[in-house]
Formats: sequence, structure tokens, C-alpha cells
Amino acid sequence: MTLKRKFEEKFFRVLSALITLVIVYVLANIIWTIIEKGFSSLSWEIISQEPKGGFYMGKGGGILNAIAGSFYLAISATVLAFLVSLPVALFINIYLIKYRRMLVGIRFFLDVLWGIPSIVYGAFAFMLMIALGQKNSLGAGTITVAAMISPIMIRAMDEVLKTIPIGLQEASYALGSTRTETAYKIFFRQALPGFATAVLLAFGRGIGDAASVLFTAGYTDHVPRSFSDPTATLPLAIFFQLGSPIESVQNRAFAAAIVLTIIVLVISISARLLYRGKK
Amino acid sequence: MTKRKLADSLSSKWMLVCLSFFLLMPLAIGAGLVIKSSGLLSEHTLSSLILSSDWSPSDDQYGFWPFIVSSLWVTIIALIISMPLCLLAAIYLTQFSPSWVLKIMRPVIDILAGIPSVVYGVWGVLIIVPFVGDKVAPFFENESLGYSILAGALVLSVMSVPYILNMLLEVFRQVPVELGEASLSLGATKWETIKHVFIRKGATGILSAYGLGFSKALGETIAVMMVVGNVVQVPESVFDAGYPLPALVANNYGEMMSIPSYESALMFGSLLLFVIILAINIFFRYIIYKSEVI
Repeated sequence: MTLKRKFEEKFFRVLSALITLVIVYVLANIIWTIIEKGFSSLSWEIISQEPKGGFYMGKGGGILNAIAGSFYLAISATVLAFLVSLPVALFINIYLIKYRRMLVGIRFFLDVLWGIPSIVYGAFAFMLMIALGQKNSLGAGTITVAAMISPIMIRAMDEVLKTIPIGLQEASYALGSTRTETAYKIFFRQALPGFATAVLLAFGRGIGDAASVLFTAGYTDHVPRSFSDPTATLPLAIFFQLGSPIESVQNRAFAAAIVLTIIVLVISISARLLYRGKK
Repeated sequence: MTKRKLADSLSSKWMLVCLSFFLLMPLAIGAGLVIKSSGLLSEHTLSSLILSSDWSPSDDQYGFWPFIVSSLWVTIIALIISMPLCLLAAIYLTQFSPSWVLKIMRPVIDILAGIPSVVYGVWGVLIIVPFVGDKVAPFFENESLGYSILAGALVLSVMSVPYILNMLLEVFRQVPVELGEASLSLGATKWETIKHVFIRKGATGILSAYGLGFSKALGETIAVMMVVGNVVQVPESVFDAGYPLPALVANNYGEMMSIPSYESALMFGSLLLFVIILAINIFFRYIIYKSEVI
């Protein structure tokens, strides 16, 4: 009996450790696969040029359109999301702080919103775009991605603001500040380092998402010049080029994949460093 | 003074506008999708749309059954693979391992969560598809190109690991230490304590993590679409190609403008996804919320 119990204990100790190792191995395998495949196709030409004629038949050019497009899109979406998320997060934590039930309800609701898949955002935005007579554009993509990443941003900001003691708020009122001043001058400053993590998180989600921009941002061989231009994005560049039967076009998909992976890795590591720095 | 008051009232109103926007957004999405798919719903009954497997848009036949079945197969198999893995990994990280292992694993989980869907898709095409086609299928004496339900499920299972594992870590963290100590002091081994105390105590949390993982996986689009084959059929084995709902919507957006009823059908597909995922989310979030209150 005791032997069996000891064996069971040992067995699960080893098994669970092995499984943890497997998870690490899979991550290493993913990154290694992307690096190995992408590195050989990566060149200065690929990341510094727009596609040239016959690009999709394997002729010259690069994916600058997608790299620039992705950055434009993700940055403007993050800025837009920040502009609408910040008031919401502050409102929840300053105005609604006394209404526990409502607070819980809103957090619950935002969590649910987070669960809606990006393809649904994409389809809905596309529908709206058609209804309003708009075309695929950087602007439409920006709004869609901003709507998609806002719940993430609000909840991440909310988690930071939650930790600010109520005494600080009371002290601010006692000195005669209005609620707006308390929100933007006291709470905002106090939570700033945590907000950086929230913003990076949302940015990372925005730059990597394909399903929401598939309908809305369009695709083009040029770097967009205004919000009404369509724009290429890295995820879609990968997706479209991987579908090509021509090997050199496929290789470009791998090059785009390594670029995207590096961007996302840098973001997720700096978010973690910032988070640790705050503590 | 009045300037400050004005600023205060303006900014308060703006905050309220922003909040209402987010509160109304899902309603707007739901309403918009219902309106767009009403054209289809007025011509066909709901049950015939869902249960028929006759998909030929040119003949005005829209049966969503193949897509629903594919979605369910891919998602359920993915969950069957990742559920025990996540549970054991969470047990190891919170109970057995020294604390530095968890410190290393946190960034690993973060990175896994941060890798874009399309990169998982590329990995799936390069590693998983040949693995299924050349190794797994022949092993079970089956022929497969590799682009199959199983490939989609494998990729999806990896993608759902960070999501589920993060929630499970939180569940185990919330079980009171005293409970475990009481069990240990009665002579139970560590594993028995985990089995009888931690898992039982965290059961609702674990269940919710799985439920939310399921809904997340159900909505996953690009990665699955790249490896699952996208053939309209009711798959008969895991080595058959499938065509999940999100892939249907994503694949056909270009053509959908040409036939109005087709567009309506795709919006109905999105609506199905939206409603199912919303329902699952509300249900399990509510369970989590209830268990946190008590």
C-alpha cells in the first residue's frame, strides 16, 4: 500500500515536470522553426523595399509595405484605443468606486467582451464599412483593431488602478481637486508605469492579429500615405504569400514571419521587464 | 474656478460616453449581425440552416452542419489534448517545483500567449502538417495529406495552453495553504493532497478555465484555417480535412459581395460564432464571479 502511494507520488511528480518541459520544448520548437526558416530568406532587400513588378511570381522587392503598414496600423490603433480606454478605466476606478455591484458588473462585462473573437469584430466592421459606403483602408483597420484591443487595455489599466489606495483619492478631494483633476493628475501619474505594460500588451495583440484586418485594412503593394489608403499588414503578408505555390514567394512569407515574431518577442519581453521594474 | 468646473463636467461626460460605447458595442455587433442575416433567416428555417449539410451557395442552399461539426471536432480534440497537459503543468508549477521554475515559466507562457495566430499557422504548416501526414496517419494506417482536423486541433491545443494554464495557475494560487497543510499533517502524500484537496477545491475554477479555453479556441481563425484543409464536408475521421466556421467567414470575404444571400449566410456564420462564444463566456465568467464572492 505504502509502496503504491509512494510510486504514485513519484510518478506524478515526474510526469508533471516532464509536461512542463514539453511546453518549454514546444515554444523553443516554434521559435527555432521560424528562425531557421526565416533567417535564410531574410535580407536587407526584403525588409527595405516595396514589392516590385512580378513580386508574387517570385521577382524582386520586399515586404516594406507590410512592415510599415503593420506599424502604422498597430500604432494608430493603440493610440486610438488608449484615448478611449483611459477615460473608461479612470471612470470605473474614480466615479464608480462606491458602487461595488456596478463595478463588478462592468468588469464582468469587459471580460466577456475580451472573449469575442477577432473575426467577429472583422466581419462586423466590414459590414459597417459597406453600410457607410467606405472602402478598405488604414483608417477602417485602425478603428477595428482599436475596438478589439480596447477591452484588453481597459482591463489591464483597471488592474493597475485598482491597487491605488482610496486614501489618495480622499486626500486629493480634501485639497479641493475636482474628480477630473484627481483622475488625470493623481491617478494617471501614479499608474503610469503599469499603463506602459497595458499599452505594450495591446500593441502586441494589435500587430499580430490577422482576422480583424483581413476584411477592413485591405492589401496593397505600397506604404500607405493617408488613413484612406488601403494598407498591407505583416500577418496578411505571411498568410497570402504562404499560400503561393512558388517557393521564393513562400520564403518571403517565412521572412515576414521572422520579422513579426521578433517584433512580438521584443514587445512581450519589454512588457515583462517594465512590469518587473515597477515592482 | 468655473473653468475647472467646466473641465470637470466635460471630462466626466466624455468618460461616460466612452464607457457607454463599450457597453453598447456587443449589442451593436449582435444587432448588426442579426439584421444582416435576417435575409437568410426569412428564407430558411433556423433548424434547416444548422442541421443541413448541403452547402451550395449557387443553388441558394446553405447548410452549416459541415462547418459546425468541423469547428466542434477541432476545438474539442484540441481541448482534450491541452486539458490534462495544462492541469499537470499547473500542478507542477504551483505545488512541486521550486519557485524559480515558475519565475522562468511566466515569460515562457507570456511569449506563447503573445505569438500571433498566423505564426502558429506557419509553424503548423512546417511542423504539424508533415507530422500528421507522414507519421501519425500512416501509424493508424490512414492516408492523409496532413491538412486535417487533427493538424488543426494540435495547433489549437498549443495555442490554448498559455490561456488555460494562466487561469489554472490563478486557481491553484487561490486555494488556501492551510487546507493543504491540514491534509499533509494527516499523513497524505503531496499528490494525494493535490488530488483530494486542491483539485476538489479548485474544481469550479478548473472547469471555468476549460470552458473559457474552449470558447477562445472556437473563435480562433487564421492558424486553424492554414492547417485544417478547408474542404466542405462532414469529416468522418480526424485525418479528414475540415472547414471550421471562422475559416468559412475569413476565406470568403472577397466573393461575398457578389451574391447577397451569400453575404447574408456569412454574417449568419459570424452570428452563430458570436452567440455561442458570448453564451459560453457569460456562463463561465459568472461561475468564476460567484465562486470569488463566496
